[in-house]
Amino acid sequence: MLAFLVQRVSQALLVMFVISVIAFAIQDGLGDPLQEMVGMSVSSEEREAIREELGLNDSFVVQYLRFAGSAIQGDLGNSYFYSKPALEVIAEHLPATLELVIGASLIIIVLSVPIGVYAAIRPQAWLSKFFMGVSTVGISIPVFLTAIVLIQLFSIGVTVNWFPADTGWGQWLNEFFTTEGGLPSYGRGDDLVHLFGTWESGLFTGEGLAHLVLPCVSLASIMLPLFIRLIRAEMMEVLQSDYIRYARAKGLGAGRINFLHALKNTMLPVITVGGVQLGIMVAYTILTETVFQWPGLGLMFLEAITRSDIPLIVAYLMVVGLIFVVTNTLVDLIYGLVNPTVKLTGKKA
Amino acid sequence: MTTATVSRWDRFRESFFWYSFKRDKVAIASFLVLLSMVLAAVFAPLLAPADPYDLAQINIMNSELPPVGLDGADPAFPLGTDAQGRDLLSTILYGTRVSLMIGFGAVILQAALGILFGLLAGYLGGKVDAILMRVADVQLSFSTLMVAIIVGAVFKASFGNLMFGEIAIYMLIFIIGVAEWPQIARTVRASVLAEKKKEYVDAAKVMGFGTPRIMFRHILPNTLSPIFVIATVQIANAIISEAALSFLGLGMPETQPSLGSLIKSGFDYIQSGSWWITLIPGLVLVVLVLVINLLGDWLRDVMNPRLYKG
Repeated sequence: MLAFLVQRVSQALLVMFVISVIAFAIQDGLGDPLQEMVGMSVSSEEREAIREELGLNDSFVVQYLRFAGSAIQGDLGNSYFYSKPALEVIAEHLPATLELVIGASLIIIVLSVPIGVYAAIRPQAWLSKFFMGVSTVGISIPVFLTAIVLIQLFSIGVTVNWFPADTGWGQWLNEFFTTEGGLPSYGRGDDLVHLFGTWESGLFTGEGLAHLVLPCVSLASIMLPLFIRLIRAEMMEVLQSDYIRYARAKGLGAGRINFLHALKNTMLPVITVGGVQLGIMVAYTILTETVFQWPGLGLMFLEAITRSDIPLIVAYLMVVGLIFVVTNTLVDLIYGLVNPTVKLTGKKA
Repeated sequence: MTTATVSRWDRFRESFFWYSFKRDKVAIASFLVLLSMVLAAVFAPLLAPADPYDLAQINIMNSELPPVGLDGADPAFPLGTDAQGRDLLSTILYGTRVSLMIGFGAVILQAALGILFGLLAGYLGGKVDAILMRVADVQLSFSTLMVAIIVGAVFKASFGNLMFGEIAIYMLIFIIGVAEWPQIARTVRASVLAEKKKEYVDAAKVMGFGTPRIMFRHILPNTLSPIFVIATVQIANAIISEAALSFLGLGMPETQPSLGSLIKSGFDYIQSGSWWITLIPGLVLVVLVLVINLLGDWLRDVMNPRLYKG
C-alpha cells in the first residue's frame, strides 16, 4: 500500500510538473510583459535594460524555475484586466462554479441511482427501455444545446397553438405544450449571501436558487446518461454473481437482495468513476457558464482568452490542473485502499 | 475483372454483416438518414438555394425571417433566415458540410496517431508502452474536451482572430485529432496485446520479417474491427467537440459557419424570439450525432470486438 501511495503521489507531482511547464511555455510564448508595463515612448535601449533587470533575457530553464518558485508560494502573477493577483480573481469566481457543480451533482445522484437500479432489475420493462433510449439520445445532445432549449422552454416560454382551439382536446393539448417561462437565464441574481472569504452564496435565497435551476439541470443533463448506463451495467454484472444467486437460494426477499447486497457492491466502481467524472465536469462548466453568463471560472477563462489576459489563462490552467490531479489521485488511492486487487491505471473520459 | 467483383458482392450479401443489417430496423433507418445527410452536405453547392459565402446574395432586409408556416415567412426561405439575412437552409447545408469535414478529418488524424502509437505501445511494450500510455492516461483524465479547449485557446491567442478564422478548419481537425488520439490508441494497444501472443506472429518472426512489417502487415489487419467501431463513435464525438469549440468562439468563424457556429450566432437572437436560427441547426446537429451513435452501437453488437474498457 505504501508503495502504491508513493507511486501515485509521485506520479501526481510529475503530472503537475508537466502542466506547469506547459503553462509556463504558454506564458513565455504568448505574452510580452514589457508591452503591458511600458508605453510607446520608451526607447529600445531602455526596454533592453528593463528586460535585463526583469530577467526576461535569462534562459527558459532559469525563468521556469523562477515561475515555479513563486507559483509554489501562491503567486501566479497579476491579471492584466483585473489588475490584481490572478489567484485572487480565481478565488472570487470559484464559488459560483462550485455551487453549479454541487447542484448538478445532487441532481445526478438523486436521479441516476434509482433509474439505473430499476433498469438493471427490470431490463425488459418498457420503462427501462424508455430510460435507456432517452439516455442514448441524451448522450447525443451537446450540453450547450440542452441549455438553449431549456432557456427557450422555461425562461422565454413557448405558446403552442398547433391544435384546434375550439375543441376540448385541442385546447387541452395546446395548454399542455405551452410553457410559462420566467425562470432566470442570466447570471446569479443580486440576492447573494456572503458566507466567508470570497464566497458569495446563492444557495440560501429564493432568487439565488431560481438562478441555479437551469444551469444545474443543463450541466447534469450531460452526465446523467453516463451515470445511468454505468450504474445499470455494474448492477447487472453484480446481479449475475454467485453471492446474489446464493442469497436468492437462501430465500431472501428481492428488496433486501437488490438494495442491501447488490447495490453496495455496485456503488464502489460508480463512486470512483464518479469522482473522476466530477473533475471532467469542469470542462462542461465552461460551456454551461457561457450560455447562462454564469460568473464562474469557465466564463472567466473564456473572457481571459478574448482579452489575451495571459497570467489569468495560465493561473486557470494551473488551478484546473491541480483540481484534476488531486481528484484523480484521491480516487485512485481510495480505490486502491478499498479494492487492493485492482491497480487502477486511469479512467476513460 | 467482373467475376471478382461479382463474387465479392455475393460474399458481402451472404455475410453476417449484411444479414444483421437487414434485420435491424434502427440500423437501416440510421444509415439512410446519415446517407442522405452526407449526400446533402456533399452536394450542398448544387442543392442549396443560395450561397451563404457569397456576400452579394445577402440582403440584410431579409434578416430574421421565420420558417415557412409561421407569420411573416417568405416562401423563398423555407427554413427562414438568420440575423444577417442568409437563407437558413443553405447555411445549414453548408454548415453540415463543414461539420462533417472536420468530423471525418479529425477521426482520420486521430486514427493515424492512435494506430501508430497503439501499435508501438502494444507491440514493443516496455518503456515505450509505459510512456505512451501514461501520456494517454493523463490526457484522458483531463477529458478530451478540456484539452481541445485549452489547445484551441492557445492557438487562437497566438494566431490572432483573423488568421485563426482563415485556417480554422485545419486547426480544428488538428486540435480534435490530437485531443482524442488516446481513445483509439488504447483500443489498438489492447487488441495488439492479444494478437501478438498468437502463432502467426511467431511464424512471421521466424521467417525473419522486420518489426514494422509484422506490426503493420500482420497485426494491424487483425485489429481493424474494434478500430472501426470506435472510429464511428469518435466521428460523433468529433462533431460534438467541433460544435462545442465553435460555440465557445474557438472554432469556425461566422463567415464560414459550421453547425456549432450557427447555433452560437443564433443564440444571441433567441431572446428576441428568433428561436429558429439556433434551434434548427441544433436539431440537425443532434440528428446527425444520434444516427452516427446508433450506427456505432449496432456495429459494436455485430463486430463484438474486445473493446478496451478503462
